[in-house]
Amino acid sequence: MKAFAQLVDTLGATTKTNEKIAALEQYFLLANDKDKVWVIALFSGRRPKRTISSTLLKNWCSEFCNIPLWLLNECYHTAGDLSETIALIVEASSTLQEAPQAHPLHYYIEQFVSLEKSTEEDKKNFMLQGWAQLESTTEKFVFNKLLSGSFRIGVSQQLMVHALAKVSGASPAVIAHRISGKWNPATITFNELLSDENNVADISKPYPFYLAYPLEDAVETLGSIDDWQVEWKWDGIRGQVIKRNDNLFVWSRGEELMTEKFPEYNLFLNSLPNGTVLDGEIIVAEGATPLPFALMQTRIGRKNINKKIMEDAPVSFFAYDILEYNGEDYRNIPLQQRRQKLEEIVALTATEKMQLSPLLQCANWNELAQLRQQSREHYAEGFMLKRKESVYQTGRKRGDWWKWKIEPLTIDAVMIYAQKGSGRRSNLYTDYTFAVRDGENLIAFTKAYSGLTDKEFAQVDAFVKHNAIEKFGPVRTVKPELVFEIAFEGIAISKRHKSGVALRFPRMSRWRQDKKATEINTLEDLKKMLEIYGK
Amino acid sequence: MFPLIQFTEKGLYCTAGDFYIDPWKPVDKAIITHAHSDHAIAGSKKYLCHTLTKPILQLRLGEGVYETTEWNKAHFINGVKISLHPAGHIIGSSQVRLEYKGEVWVFSGDYKTEDDGISGAYEPVKCNTFITESTFGLPIYKWKPQQQIYAGIQNWVLQNRVEEKTSVLIAYSLGKAQRVLDALKDVTDTVFAHGAIYNMQQVIEKLGYNFVNVQRITPETTKQELKNAIVIAPPSADGTTWMKKFNPYRLGVCSGWMQVRGNMRRRNADKGFVLSDHCDWDGLVSSVKATGAEKVFVTHGFQAVFSKYLNENGIEAEEVKTQYGIEEEENTSEQKIELL
Repeated sequence: MKAFAQLVDTLGATTKTNEKIAALEQYFLLANDKDKVWVIALFSGRRPKRTISSTLLKNWCSEFCNIPLWLLNECYHTAGDLSETIALIVEASSTLQEAPQAHPLHYYIEQFVSLEKSTEEDKKNFMLQGWAQLESTTEKFVFNKLLSGSFRIGVSQQLMVHALAKVSGASPAVIAHRISGKWNPATITFNELLSDENNVADISKPYPFYLAYPLEDAVETLGSIDDWQVEWKWDGIRGQVIKRNDNLFVWSRGEELMTEKFPEYNLFLNSLPNGTVLDGEIIVAEGATPLPFALMQTRIGRKNINKKIMEDAPVSFFAYDILEYNGEDYRNIPLQQRRQKLEEIVALTATEKMQLSPLLQCANWNELAQLRQQSREHYAEGFMLKRKESVYQTGRKRGDWWKWKIEPLTIDAVMIYAQKGSGRRSNLYTDYTFAVRDGENLIAFTKAYSGLTDKEFAQVDAFVKHNAIEKFGPVRTVKPELVFEIAFEGIAISKRHKSGVALRFPRMSRWRQDKKATEINTLEDLKKMLEIYGK
Repeated sequence: MFPLIQFTEKGLYCTAGDFYIDPWKPVDKAIITHAHSDHAIAGSKKYLCHTLTKPILQLRLGEGVYETTEWNKAHFINGVKISLHPAGHIIGSSQVRLEYKGEVWVFSGDYKTEDDGISGAYEPVKCNTFITESTFGLPIYKWKPQQQIYAGIQNWVLQNRVEEKTSVLIAYSLGKAQRVLDALKDVTDTVFAHGAIYNMQQVIEKLGYNFVNVQRITPETTKQELKNAIVIAPPSADGTTWMKKFNPYRLGVCSGWMQVRGNMRRRNADKGFVLSDHCDWDGLVSSVKATGAEKVFVTHGFQAVFSKYLNENGIEAEEVKTQYGIEEEENTSEQKIELL
């Protein structure tokens, strides 16, 4: 545990990528095998199932440290992280009576897993023992964190992949492929996880996604339009459809296995050849006609997908790339040729659930720019521009693939509530609720957390601290005075919101210091936007 | 009858004595607890402060009428008995005790309970009514002993030297910088300083505090001189191009806010040293109890939380809004505003 706590501290204590990789490398060289596997699992978002609720943790901490629950909650709202809050409070109130114990990381994880069916008393004893025996605040923090959340400490999967590549000697792309996918950290060994042999057996594995950067320069800088393949940039869920050994798998870009969520795709089992991996977009659509994304949200969170949901929010797969054919890795074949193969394969499926993402033909960039204005009508967010000669790379890379998005919709609104953020925004009011005018009233219609610079956030934070009116738990109502331009990608009807609308990807695009709260947009304006873009 | 101290729009006002304590607007008579900018503003006709505070006020506010006093010495204004008592916050920092017709009020100013060896050891003062700050009024704020933090700073600097990196420590020019210099005297003879810290240090040295040789960083200071050196800079310099000269360097931020990981990440610091000139939670609670006050007013910081806690524990408390707490160092958000 000490070594892992040390790693967490080192990772937290540097902002430099190279130093982070070096720290991970060092850890992977020295730690025991079981711990290493768990660290890979934790840093790639594979936390074991939670066996103790945060409510229980809070209660026990409150009791153990003799502080009232409300005070613990205040601390939590300021620190922004429950594991850290508890670690700090426990550290502050305890004088180490017991000799410190340093079990390895996997011991604690295995204990937590085995506590699933234990009595509350046993769970409590284990937590209290941990708090009493672990020496530093970081060790206590990590201990709590094993239960209560993901490790957001500035380590991307990519960083870890690089460190593992250095330790094992395999290429980063191979490592990324190996650790994405289905494996059980409780049973796999470090060598199995990183060895080729076992990965052959694991037929579900997706390829790491190739991601595009937004186009920042003028589109003409890309050279001749003839070198580029142009498609709509779909507003769905990026995914891979895999058929191997007569099994079908659907992966999201977040490397989450989503096969069960899209039973419609089982149709592909009949028609796709074994050893096929397609990259594409999961879209709510009637065959080739996309529907508003808001419909997707009605089925995404569901555990069981029944017939009614499939009828109300049908999905198609808009395929735009082929990564594996006949069991052979196709990623190094130029896009143009991959596309031909893709078209052949999609033609085989003969179901409206499988669509080919159409190619858009324009004589020049100017014409394309014209066409871009129609994106919203196609439920697209703009274009994807892909170099015809490009291979399928790993991760976000510049040069060959670009997303050329349309300008977002905007509306001016006034901030009415504020709440403190978490992580690097702890103890800062960074989460705001905005309202538009409706006659004399202000109607809340969206929250937004992003888009301001650190300096602007600091100013707004100071405003909130001096202009808070009322307190509702962690939320402050503030004087409706600060006006922001809210940018968003789409708008839809919502029964859950008082305003009657729900926005897609709202963020603060500008602080309108030139505008007064009386000059903001109205509910009527929002409804007009809904009329134009939301149907 | 008016209470002995009223909270007015200019600041804390003593009706019977007709004077203010730490006003945030110019007044006729101002008693100053300490020289931080949120407690001492220019433009008042007369000031009363501790002897050690006067030269710092002169540096920051310019010339004026400054009457000085020592701790535990009685003064009378319109029949109100006034005395200053050590607050342990920074050099010269004082609590203000007022006594009138048998009633005693104490305003803490900013204070910390641990004796830092520089600021004078805090002494609890018995009173009927206590006005306390609450900058770090949450139980997550618990400070380690100063010796331990100093050792951390020293080890960090030595390690950076081994790795051939310059150590840049961010510390507010008045208060924190002196403690950091104090910590560094065991590992170095010379420290390079930003102009703001250098200027302050000139005044502090005249008051008899010599830690190490402090050299001002000027456009003439060469990169060679700064190689592997130790630099102290105020928060306002953090993130500016002025820092480029120190490359390669590591950045250490000295502040109580570094207690929480997210704050450290926000500052993009390589290292956070949890070094504060304010009370931690236990310090606040124990101080309030030690005053024996029947009534407590809680100012800048976590007023609502701390007063609720006191009320639940049988001490009548109320939160008060003041303009304090805008000291750049001790407020995470507002320290950045100063950059604008």
